This record gives sequence, C-alpha cells and structure tokens, in this order.
Amino acid sequence: MNINELISEAISTLKINKMRTGLAILGIIIGIGSVIALVSLGQASQLSVTNQIQSLGANLLTVNPGSQNSGAVRGAFGGGTTLTNSDAKAIENSKTIITIKAVSPEVQRRAQVTTGKNNTNTQIIGATETYAGIHKITIAFGVFITQRDVDNMSKVAVLGPQVVTDLFGEDVTNPIGQSIRVNGQSLRIIGITAAKGGSGFQNQDDIIFVPLSTAQKQLFGISYLSSIAIEAKNHDVMTETQNQVGYLLLEEHKLTDPTQADFSIFSQNDILNTASQVTGTFTLLLSGIAAISLLVGGIGIMNIMLVTVTERTREIGLRKALGAKKKTIITQFLIEAIILTITGGLIGMLLGVGISYFVSSAMSLPFTISPSSVALAIGVSGAIGIIFGWYPAKQAANLQPIEALRYE
Amino acid sequence: MIVVKHVCKIYQTGTVETIALDNISFTIKKGEFVAIMGPSGSGKSTLMHILGALDQPTKGTYELDGINIGQADEDELADIRNQKIGFIFQAYNLLPRTTALKNVMLPMIYAGISKQERIKKAEQYLKMVGLKDRMEHTSNQLSGGQQQRVAIARALAMNPAILLADEPTGNIASSQAEEIMKIFTDLYQRGHTIIMITHEANIASHAKRIIHIRDGKIINN
Repeated sequence: MNINELISEAISTLKINKMRTGLAILGIIIGIGSVIALVSLGQASQLSVTNQIQSLGANLLTVNPGSQNSGAVRGAFGGGTTLTNSDAKAIENSKTIITIKAVSPEVQRRAQVTTGKNNTNTQIIGATETYAGIHKITIAFGVFITQRDVDNMSKVAVLGPQVVTDLFGEDVTNPIGQSIRVNGQSLRIIGITAAKGGSGFQNQDDIIFVPLSTAQKQLFGISYLSSIAIEAKNHDVMTETQNQVGYLLLEEHKLTDPTQADFSIFSQNDILNTASQVTGTFTLLLSGIAAISLLVGGIGIMNIMLVTVTERTREIGLRKALGAKKKTIITQFLIEAIILTITGGLIGMLLGVGISYFVSSAMSLPFTISPSSVALAIGVSGAIGIIFGWYPAKQAANLQPIEALRYE
Repeated sequence: MIVVKHVCKIYQTGTVETIALDNISFTIKKGEFVAIMGPSGSGKSTLMHILGALDQPTKGTYELDGINIGQADEDELADIRNQKIGFIFQAYNLLPRTTALKNVMLPMIYAGISKQERIKKAEQYLKMVGLKDRMEHTSNQLSGGQQQRVAIARALAMNPAILLADEPTGNIASSQAEEIMKIFTDLYQRGHTIIMITHEANIASHAKRIIHIRDGKIINN
C-alpha cells in the first residue's frame, strides 16, 4: 500500500466524522496560531522599541547634570546647572579622547510658541549644527541650524512637522520665511524636519530647534546646558568613551572623588539592553503560555485517536483479516494523526499571521513574521502528530484480529 | 488443497487447559464445497480461525497450497490471508459509511493493485453477485442480504484459493438466505473451493460434503 493511497484512505476516514475531526484540529489551530501570533508580536514590539531607541541616535552617550548617586550636589535629574558650554568644548577639543565622532551641547525647555492666530506649548531645543547628525534629524524643507547661526545668535528656528501643523494648520507644510514668537522673541523659520514618528520617549516631531546661543541668552537667560550628547566612533568603544569622558569632566569640575560627580553619563547601550531584555522576557513568557495550549491540543489529538482506535476495533480486525500488516495499520493511524495536526498547523499558521498582522497594524508596530517561527510551527505540529499519534497507532496495530473482530 | 494433520488447539487460562481442537485431520481438495457443522462450543469457530490463518495450531500441521501455516510469522500470515483466503463473516463486516465499490476494493489495496485494476475487478465481482446498481451505495444503505453479497464480492476480489464463510446466512432473512446459497452453489460450479461453517442443516445441505465436529473432534466426515 503506497503512501498516496494511505493518505487518501486517511482523509476519507477523517471525513466520516467531520465534527470530531474539526474539534481535534481546532486544538492545534489555537495552539499553533497563538504561538505564531504571540512570538511575532513579541518580536515586533522588541524591534519597535529598538528602532525607537536607535532613532534617537547611534552609539550615543548622554551627559546629564546632577549627581550620579549621593553627593554634595543633588539636583533633580536633568535639572542641574553644572554642565556648561566649556565642558562641551573640553570634550570636543580633548587630545586624549580619540574615540568621539561628534559632540552636541543641548538646552531643552518647554515654552509657549505663538504665531499670529495660533499658539502651542512645545519643546524648545537649543542646538548646534552637530545635533542633526548625532540625533539623525533629516530636513524636509530649508536648512538646519548652522555654526554661523550659533556664532551670530541668529533669531531663527527649525520646526518639527507636528509643530507646523499645530501652528499653521493641516494645509501648510512649508512655512519657511514666516515667523513665530517664543518668550517675546520673534524667530524666522528656516527649516522643517522630516517626520520621524514614534511616541515612545518623546514625540520627535513636536520640537522646535533654535541655535544654542539664542536659546541660552535670548530665550531663557541661562548659561548652562541641559545635556551633552556624544556620538562614539563605533559600538565597541562606547564603554571606553564613557569612562574617558567621565574622567575628563571630573577634572574639569575639579573633583577627585568619582562618587562626588555632579553629572552622570548614560549609554544608549544600557537602555537598549534593558528594553530588549524586558520585551524578550515578555515574548518568552507569552510563548510559554502559547506552548501550553499547543501541548493541550496535542493531548486532544491523542485522546481523539485513542477513542477512534476503540471505536474502530472491529474495523481494524477486519483490515487485518483482509491482509493489512502491522506496519500498514500503524502507518494508517499515524498518517491520520499527522494529517490532523498538519492541517491544524497550517490553518493555525494563517490565523497567527493574520492576527499578528491586524494587531501590529492596529498598534502601528512593524509587522514581522520570522521564517523560523513558521518552520517551528509546521515542525512542531508534525512532531505532535507523530508523538501523540504513535501510542494509539501502536495500540491499534497490536490488536489480535480474532479478538478485534469479536469486539462489540 | 488443504491438508490438516493432527491439529490440536489448547487454550491456557491460568492453570486450566481447555482443549478446543483435539487431533483433527482432514483433507479438502481444490473445488470442493464443504460444510463444517457442529453445535456451539464444538470448536468449529476455532477450526475456522486456523483455516483462515487468523490463528495458529498448538500442535499438528496445516498446509494450504503447500504452505505450512503453522510456521508463518505475523506478516506472512497477513499476506496469506490477503492472497489465499476470502473471508465471509456472519456480521458481513463491511466498512461503515463506505461504498460497496470501496469495500470490495479494500483487500486489493493491501495487495498493492493499481487503482484502475481495482475498480475494474470490484465492478466485475459486484456484477457477479447481482449488485450492479448498488455499487455507489454505502453499507448502511443496503439490506442484510445485499451487504452479505458485497462481502462475497470482497472475498472473491483477490481470487483466493479458498472461500471461508462463517455462518454466512446467520444474520439474514431466510428468503435472502436462499439467494446467498445460490451464489455459493454458482461459485462452486465455477470451480471455487468453499468451506462453510453453519449449524443449520438446511444450509449445510447445499454443500457436497459435511464434516461434523463435536467437543473438538471430528465425529463424521
């Protein structure tokens, strides 16, 4: 009896009891479907978090004012006044630190912004021309802030697309040349950044950039920095750079005890690692739950197959009397179980892909289906068929034809 | 050609031995129509199982067409049942919810005969038992007599050396039983070897030779 015949025999047997076949398959559909959906959603959220963090800049170190732990100066996080322009200059001009690609001194504050008729409250960032490169800002229209703007304390601004919409309405995308007012100062719009999207840490589109000097002296009347962003040359030198910058700033601030430091340095790596660890744990947890439902589905198949063997005892006896060998009976029952699980696996896979597609588009996550999870689903469902089908098949094949034919 | 020599079948239940067949010997030649008669518990079913290669004798030898069935292993027995023996059961034992045609094709599937050939032969035998118009009916759509005729067609499918019928009319109304016996007589005239087990004398009377057994022994051959 060749394999094609066995398969068509199995299919016609399964068709006889459609209800039971359907219920057995349902267990596997739910199992495989939830594994695929949860794994791919987990991976999607992991990817999304990683993307968002990386969209803030690559190989990024951020120096914030304030104490790292207990110490003399303990301002609120980010609220300290201990970072100055000269710190940024010192880092940039350091002869000993050779692993730095760019340094961006920054001032950040929220402020009320007005045009003729509209107003909005948004983030104002005082930046130099290195900011765009470090934080991966791209310009849609016009230009970004230049060194010349910083030197001349120019009254210019670069707007995020969200601010443009808030101030000028949906119809206007390019208000270059128009003016906005911030803290009593009129600023001329020279550029619009490209939309970045994302709402994880802060909305990258709801921002106004002005020259650092303008922000410090004209708008806010301060001489300190909110933060210094440093881009390391590559991923491998980040820890080294972090340490060297730390020593340099201690020296600049005339501190000898590192525990007294009036600044702290964050590495993007730390955030990235923590975030992907968290999402990874969630993915694992969810997959674990899904795997349990898969196991339950497999036991369901075994149960159905055992019931089938008992119910079809006479049929098995007859088949043996008509010349079916042990091997043939085992194969027949195994194929029935595998058809159940593979069918369930394929439908479950489509279901899982469908669910993760809809959920990820609803939650605006990237839609990813890893081929490995699909291969795993097919492999696992086939394996479930063999594992949970084996015992019932063996039971069937070991029936004595005389006993089986007499069975009522 | 069936040669049964000194066959014993002893069942062991704990320490109690039950002798189902006690030193039975007989020969059935090709083309014979033999009825095996006996009351229930006489050992005729046990004999039937041994003749049908469903069971093996404890002692003695059973040769079917020169093959010693007592020496065969499980797979060989399966092949012998498939190729050499056509079973007709009292309860028909058709596959439920399966068409007459597919039921007749079943033993040919196990023999590895091609689908075309299977359909051709199954149709041929179903015509022979007078079920030309019932080929696509499933077993539960057929009467007892019709089901038994499907079973006969299935038994003939592999053109076996012997047809082995166990109370073939036991579950069938007497009017239809006559038709079944007519088919047997017809098959006998075509040269088939038929061994039929029954306890009804009028059914046995269709056979050309009757073997009576009682308490595991042949009392009249």
